[in-house]
Amino acid sequence: MRRRLTAKRLFTGWAVLVYVFLYLPILVVVVYAFNANRDVTYWTGFTTGWFGRALDNQTYLPAVKTSVKIAFLNSIVATVLGTAAALALARMKKGWRVPFDVLVYLTLVVPEIVIAVASLIFFVQAHANLSIFPTLGWKTILLAHIVFNASVVTLIVRARFVGMGSGLEEASFDLGAGPIGTFRQVTLPRLYPAVVAGALLSFTFSFDDYVLSAFNAGGATQTWPMVIFAAVRFGVTPAINALATMMLGVTLVLILATGIVLRRGRGDVSGDGRGLGAALGLS
Amino acid sequence: MAATEGPRFAASRRRSFTPRYPAWLTLPSMLYYAFFFLGPMAILAVFSVAKPGDTFGSVVYTVDWSQFASLWDPVYIKIFWHTLAMAAGGTLLTILVGYPIAYWISRYLTSYKTLALLLIVVPFWTSFLIRTYAWLIILDPQGYLARLVNSTGLTHNWNILFSGKAVGIGLVYNYLPLLILPVYASLERMDWTLVESATDLGATPLKAFRDVTLRLTLPGLVTGALLVFIPMTGEYVIPALLGGGNFVFVGTVIGDQFLGAVDWPFGAAMSLALIGVVAAFVAVYLVFATKEEQFGA
Repeated sequence: MRRRLTAKRLFTGWAVLVYVFLYLPILVVVVYAFNANRDVTYWTGFTTGWFGRALDNQTYLPAVKTSVKIAFLNSIVATVLGTAAALALARMKKGWRVPFDVLVYLTLVVPEIVIAVASLIFFVQAHANLSIFPTLGWKTILLAHIVFNASVVTLIVRARFVGMGSGLEEASFDLGAGPIGTFRQVTLPRLYPAVVAGALLSFTFSFDDYVLSAFNAGGATQTWPMVIFAAVRFGVTPAINALATMMLGVTLVLILATGIVLRRGRGDVSGDGRGLGAALGLS
Repeated sequence: MAATEGPRFAASRRRSFTPRYPAWLTLPSMLYYAFFFLGPMAILAVFSVAKPGDTFGSVVYTVDWSQFASLWDPVYIKIFWHTLAMAAGGTLLTILVGYPIAYWISRYLTSYKTLALLLIVVPFWTSFLIRTYAWLIILDPQGYLARLVNSTGLTHNWNILFSGKAVGIGLVYNYLPLLILPVYASLERMDWTLVESATDLGATPLKAFRDVTLRLTLPGLVTGALLVFIPMTGEYVIPALLGGGNFVFVGTVIGDQFLGAVDWPFGAAMSLALIGVVAAFVAVYLVFATKEEQFGA
């Protein structure tokens, strides 16, 4: 008994250390957003001035807007493509399913840097040979982002759909609802946590992406991660920390809101009660 | 009673109609992948045997294997080796840090399990670049951590920034949840009474862990390790920021061919080589996974 207690204590101690490891960097970023000095390594005094300067900066906010625009459109297209594919795949015959599966896994396994440079070559050639094809810019970034994220949504939604079983759909068909009615009234409400989770994850992945964006942006477009990367390489100011802190706040509010929405939906859509967990990619 | 009813029930179920969503629903994403994934991959292959042209991004199309020949050079072999060693070391460290956490959550927590997992994932909803940049602040040789380490007297100018150690910390930090989640899932599926029986039959806790827990969670551990290892081999941002240019990964060299040195065919050839290396590891994993299935683990 005593030995078990010691083991438990050891594990708990380790867990505390790891949580500190996970949250220390975030704490540091937030703390230095309020630093009176230009420097981000010494604490010299408290100010909120960097928040104003971050909002006035000529490049920061436009870059955030570009990132939001790309992430939003990416999330919609990826969710539609991925959900449609997941519905068909889940109950498809093996001979048809396997080639598609291989394709989905390939988009996830091929290193991002390789997809980024391959897309760059492809987009440059496509524009050179087809004038209607967009030149490098936010549109090519969007096109590149959707590949990976459609796969993510496909996997998340399919896992949930397979886990649901087909009993209720059979009942719905037996009771005379057509495929569209069944989808709207039976499948979608139960699938909803997974669809929301997929949409949120693909938004985050796109918003946070540096590699695909940087290689497919061309000269004129800048996303928020590209601004941070450039700033880190050529000298940061606490203004970057300030904007990051504001965005952290927005993210936390969004997570909480999603959690509340999914929790409220639990009663009437017979969700599995792990909505928030699913939304965060836990299941 | 149940024995006679069972088969009849199954038969009636089999007759029942199973609704299926039409296969054409996969068509939109199939077309999308064909254009924007297979298209780029195909043209990458074409470029890898082309020759660099005179203007930005242009090439002369031929079949020229010299790009691959020049990859077989001690400089590049060393970079590949270095990258794989870093990814392997990073994966091992991630396991050492992450496995005990998954174990702790699964074994010792009851009502706070979801919260504990949530707290693992929440940091990853903040910008990856910001979190990596935070390590630049923490590891700064003039920063508070450096002063703390120097005050112990073991060293006087502690500086691991822009070194392999900093890159290693960045790797572990950014990939930790990808390991914890699958390991946790397999720990949750495990039957803890097996561990109890092992200790009841005289096994020491350590032996019970090695022969029962570790063995039963091996599939989750291998999946997690692969989820961490594969993206590490293609890592671009972490070595660029925390390695400060002193620490080159294969991904860095590929990126430089397209942004700086502008030798697209060579970059394309190197990309294919990287895919080959990753594919080899995935193949090993698939062999392992099917073996596990055969033995029913």
